[in-house]
Amino acid sequence: EKLTASASSAYGLTDELTPLKDITRYNNFYEFGTDKESPAKRASSLITRPWTISVEGEVEKPQTFDIDQLLKLAPIEERIYRLRCVEAWSMVVPWLGYPLAELIKRVQPTSAAHYVEFISLHDPEQMPGQRSPVLQWPYKEGLRIDEAMHPLTLLTFGLYGELLPKQNGAPVRMVIPWKYGFKSAKSIVKIRFVEQQPVSSWMQAGPNEYGFYANVNPAVDHPRWSQAKERRIGDFLKRPTLPFNGYADQVASLYNGMDLTKDF
Amino acid sequence: MRQQSKLNRVMPWLKVGVFLLALLPFIKLILGFYQDDLGANPIEKITHTTGFWTLSFLLITLTATPLRLITHWSWPIRLRRMLGLFAFFYACLHFLTYLILDQFFDAAAIIEDISKRPYITLGFTAFVLLTPLAISSNDTITRKIGSKNWRRLHSLIYPIAIVGVIHFAWLVKKDLSTPLMFAGLLSTLLLIRLFYRR
Repeated sequence: EKLTASASSAYGLTDELTPLKDITRYNNFYEFGTDKESPAKRASSLITRPWTISVEGEVEKPQTFDIDQLLKLAPIEERIYRLRCVEAWSMVVPWLGYPLAELIKRVQPTSAAHYVEFISLHDPEQMPGQRSPVLQWPYKEGLRIDEAMHPLTLLTFGLYGELLPKQNGAPVRMVIPWKYGFKSAKSIVKIRFVEQQPVSSWMQAGPNEYGFYANVNPAVDHPRWSQAKERRIGDFLKRPTLPFNGYADQVASLYNGMDLTKDF
Repeated sequence: MRQQSKLNRVMPWLKVGVFLLALLPFIKLILGFYQDDLGANPIEKITHTTGFWTLSFLLITLTATPLRLITHWSWPIRLRRMLGLFAFFYACLHFLTYLILDQFFDAAAIIEDISKRPYITLGFTAFVLLTPLAISSNDTITRKIGSKNWRRLHSLIYPIAIVGVIHFAWLVKKDLSTPLMFAGLLSTLLLIRLFYRR
C-alpha cells in the first residue's frame, strides 16, 4: 500500500540507497526468529489492522491512537537515514514518518516524564519467535526525553514509498539513526512516559554488552567484536564507522559531560 | 571373511559417494554465489556456512569410533581420514573467508581481533592445531612418525572440537541453540568413548 510524503525533509543524504530487496530480506526481528531470513518468511502472520497505540504514564493527556489517526497526525516526510546494526553492518533506508516530538507535544508530558518507553506487540500467535525465551517479551526499548524529542527521532510508518513491510516493524516503529538498530523498537503498541530509566530487552539479555544509550560509537567496542568498521550491505570492503553514525553535529551535544565508555 | 571381501569391493564406491556428499555444501555455496542467492550479506553467509560445516565434519569424524564401539562396524573408520580432511577443507575456507572476504588482509584489524577477541583467538587456535593433523594424514608421514606418535598427535582432535564449539558459542549474539546442539552432540560422542574405555 502506497504512502507518500506530504512534506519535504531537511534530512537528505547523498549515500546510495540500499535496494528494497535487501532491506526486506535481511532483518533482525527476533519476534519472527533469530536469523536474518526468518522475518521475511514468517512475518505474514502479523495482523497490522486494526492497530492501536496507547500513550500513557507521566502525561497530561493519555490517549489511545488508532493507526489511521496516527498516520494523519502530522505531515509525513521521507527521511533517508543510515542504519547501523550493532553487528557491524549497515544500510541506507528511505523511511517515511514524522518526528516523534509531534506526538509527544500532543500528549503533554508532565515534569516527571524523564524517559520514554516503547513496548512492542506481545502475541506468540502472531509472532511465533516469542515462543522462544531468547529475549524477555514483550520487546522493550527506551529513550531519554530529550532524545525522544530530538527532530531526528522518527515515528515511522513506511519505507520506499510504501507502508512498512511487516518484517520491517509494521505498522509503526521507531527510527533513531544515531543509535544501533536494536534501539528502534518495531510494531509498537504502547508508549509510556516514566520517571526512571527503563530497562530494555537487550539490557536484560546482556547488561555488559548492551547499554541503555547504544549510541553508534567506533571508539567503544562491543565486548566481543570491534565497532570501528562496518560493512554496508552490498559493499565488499568495510568502511569506517562514524561517531553517532554520522549524526554527531546534530546529537553529540545531548551527551555533553557524559563518559560514553561507561554510558555505552 | 566373506563379509570383509564384500566390504573391500563396496568401499571405493562408498568413498566416492561420501566424497561427493561432503562436497555438496561447497558446491551449494559456489552456485549460490553465481546465482546471487546468498542473501543480502553474502560474506556473512559464507562465513557462517563454512564454519558450520567445519564443526559438522569434526563431529562426523569423531563419530567413527563410537559407531565401531557400538556396532563393531569397521567401515566408518575407513572413511575417517577423508572426513577429517573435509573438516580441514571447510576450516581453510572459513579462515580464508575471514582473511580475504571479511577483513581483506587488514593486518591491523586481524591482529587486534586475534589478540583481543577471545572467540577469534579460539577459532584461530583450533585452525592452527588442525593443520598438523591434516598434514600427517598421508600414509608416508604416518609411517614415518610411527603409529604411537600419530595417535598421540591426532588426539588433538578432542581439544580442537571443544575449542571449535566454544568459538561458535562465544560469537553468537543471543540465540545459543545451534552451538548448544553441537555441544550436546560432542559431549555424547566423548561420553560413549569414556563408557567403552572402562
